[in-house]
Amino acid sequence: MTDATAHDPGTAHALATGSMITARDLRKSFGTFEAVKGIDVDVRRGEVFGFLGPNGAGKSSTMRMIAAVSPVTSGELRILGMDPATDGPSIRARLGVCPQEDTLDNELNVVDNLFIYGRYFGIDRATCRERAAELLEFANLTDKAKAKVEDLSGGMKRRLTIARSLINRPELLLLDEPTTGLDPQARHVLWDQLFRLKQAGVTLVVTTHYMDEAEQLCDRLVVMDKGLIAAEGSPRELIAAHSTREVAELRFGVGEHEAIADKVADLGERVEVLPDRLLVYTDDGEHVLAQVHERGLTPVATLVRRSSLEDVFLRLTGRSLVD
Amino acid sequence: MSHTPLSPTGALSVITFRNYTTYKRHWKLFVTGFLEPVFYLLSIGIGVGALIDSFTFNGQQIPYAAFVAPGMLAASAFNGALMDSTFNVFFKLKYEKLYDQMLATPLTTADIARGEIVWGQLRGGVYSAAFLLVMLAMGLVHSWWAVLALPATLLIGFAFSAVCMGLTTYMTSFQDFDKITLAQLPMFLFSATFFPVDAFGDGVLRWVVEATPLYRGVVLCRELTTGAVTSASLVSVGYLVVMGLFGLWLVRRRLDRLLLT
Amino acid sequence: MATTDTGAHTAYGEGPAYGDSPAYGRLSIAQGMVRQADYWWTAYKRTWRGGVISSFVAPLFYVLAMGVLLGGFIDVDPARLEGATSYLAFIVPGLVATHAMTLAIGETTYPVMGGIKWHKTYYAQLATPLTARDIVNAHLMFVLARVASACAVFLLVLAPFGVFATWWGPVAAFFVVVLVGMAFATVVFGISTRLRDEAAFGLVFRLGVVPMSLFSGAFFPVANLGDVLSKVAQAVPLWHGVNLTRMLCLDTLDGPVALLNVTVLVAITVAGWLWAIQGLERRLSD
Repeated sequence: MTDATAHDPGTAHALATGSMITARDLRKSFGTFEAVKGIDVDVRRGEVFGFLGPNGAGKSSTMRMIAAVSPVTSGELRILGMDPATDGPSIRARLGVCPQEDTLDNELNVVDNLFIYGRYFGIDRATCRERAAELLEFANLTDKAKAKVEDLSGGMKRRLTIARSLINRPELLLLDEPTTGLDPQARHVLWDQLFRLKQAGVTLVVTTHYMDEAEQLCDRLVVMDKGLIAAEGSPRELIAAHSTREVAELRFGVGEHEAIADKVADLGERVEVLPDRLLVYTDDGEHVLAQVHERGLTPVATLVRRSSLEDVFLRLTGRSLVD
Repeated sequence: MSHTPLSPTGALSVITFRNYTTYKRHWKLFVTGFLEPVFYLLSIGIGVGALIDSFTFNGQQIPYAAFVAPGMLAASAFNGALMDSTFNVFFKLKYEKLYDQMLATPLTTADIARGEIVWGQLRGGVYSAAFLLVMLAMGLVHSWWAVLALPATLLIGFAFSAVCMGLTTYMTSFQDFDKITLAQLPMFLFSATFFPVDAFGDGVLRWVVEATPLYRGVVLCRELTTGAVTSASLVSVGYLVVMGLFGLWLVRRRLDRLLLT
Repeated sequence: MATTDTGAHTAYGEGPAYGDSPAYGRLSIAQGMVRQADYWWTAYKRTWRGGVISSFVAPLFYVLAMGVLLGGFIDVDPARLEGATSYLAFIVPGLVATHAMTLAIGETTYPVMGGIKWHKTYYAQLATPLTARDIVNAHLMFVLARVASACAVFLLVLAPFGVFATWWGPVAAFFVVVLVGMAFATVVFGISTRLRDEAAFGLVFRLGVVPMSLFSGAFFPVANLGDVLSKVAQAVPLWHGVNLTRMLCLDTLDGPVALLNVTVLVAITVAGWLWAIQGLERRLSD
């Protein structure tokens, strides 16, 4: 892959710095609405990089700019060392894009979706056929090769979209909410496939509003909220920096949480009131539970767990990720 | 391993191949698509024509069918281009999100516009050629100039596809298509397709009709199949060329604005 | 859910009671339609603008182009126009009957497939006490309203132009064209419930609607087709509608022929209705 592209100054730059994507004060506006309000991002070769945030945080707008289909409003953006404003087709030739909603060609059957998409990249027919067969195997869709796209299940469509985004053997793969709408089993199949790509040396950029997905997949991530980056680091670093080791979850009767929050406020570093439960942040959850019972409070259900990125997000923004 | 971005012709052939692949299973639609103008020719040209005892065109008596046939030739190129560049493009743009997929690859909006228009013209060209053969078989072709009627229909198709595809990008829902009917039907019926432009008298109305694009296409085809070609025919050609180029510019601009946001 | 509930205490606590949905058992035909009236009225309010041109304006363009302007070149004896004194008077009844057919088919092709395949509204309706029969009936009533309103406007607009021989002729013709609409609506509804791929509608229009419109005596007397082909044209359902409408508008009614025309149209409507219900029942239980 590198032989043919090394002459290209953009690639030389990217190889030299090891940076696949560089953004400085990147902004995107739609009319008066500012979706991305000045973010700095560096994605390194070979890593899995995540954008974590709720719907409307500006993740998809950022991804579309990186995919070289959405002009930058202001700031600097380099993808594979190239400028998307002038080198769109050259950048896209080396990207794989898996958009948030499956944009499969419903008029084509499964294998033709791969084959013809490959042709859009100028890949010769024989290679397209070969890769289409390989990717069907990769996506566990070989027996569906001739099926209509509309007859596929949601998970199959998602796998096909991802397989399609690999037809040009991209160096950089963009996945916008890859597992939204999938059942738990299908998510795990997909994660496994993404790990295999990472091992093959593909750089992955993932957006998600699932904290477990971000924790599972990402080497490094940024937490986005309202068009800005709220924090940056590895999942472990973020949790260590912004949350406690454990969380005690307490569920009481309908409408009782607000009142009880005061009675347990001193038990942890912090207490969050959610509509259906209380979260007490502490380094020893079991100890908190014991004290709750000592005070004569009787929660309907309790749970002690490790802090997650969800808690980081709650801490940083005061809101839940999934609403 | 690196892929150089596609050349414009490479892109054109790939998009055409994609359309061909999806259209293969609709061969019945393809075959029957050519029937509509033939039905009109038989119904209006022959059936209604039997009620018209004498008909003069350009100072000479001709069968009414020979008058209607070139009108149908032009109108069918117009109708085909309109359907392709409105309904089909709207569906691909808004529902199938086909152009979004294509733009994730090295293809550009210019490639997409050219690809769609050329595809429509390939189909339209086959229909026009078939219709010309029907006219020939029915003895409705009166001049060797008729050979040029085929490129003339392609020109009509190009001009309308480009402009209509541009206008389609302004539509927001299928309900807007009623407005297309509002433009299409009067053009189809009043562009001297079924009766000479004299029917509008000598006033403003006639000048308005003569300034509409389908009228230019109809008279161009009629001049070619009846052999009444003059240097004035070039006005129609120039009109349609300019219209098509404007349409192409509009489509690119609009697709850039819609899809690259 | 009872909206008049005055806060009865139920097993679910305070608030409206659950489990008191009215009327168990199969609905009557009228009940079935009444319960969907609000749905169709809402749908109509949302979409009527999209159909104004094709429903009300398009046929008048045809009248103007063919009847008035092309008609200016036609000057023949009324005997060659089935008794019409002008080509305009000849073509108007044919155009209104054809328009009824076109509208009815338009409302029972893509919209029916949409109810099954794209929007799946029929499935949602079937999850209530409504049955396939009720769904078909309500949809057909909607089509009837569309056809009736469009054709009434068409006939009213043309009334002042001296194309009708009597005042009662077009009134009777109105009911005939509505019947024409229902004959095609029921049959095409049945076809649509049995199709999987909407591409087939292209064939319905190209091989059905277009040739029927052009060769069923709307634009020229079927006698012009010659002995054999005119017999074929008279076997086409639309011809019965066109012929009966024209006899009424021109006051040239021939009793036995009219009876045949009515019988054919009613028979098709009844058979099509049963076929449509059967088709939807089978399709929705797949």
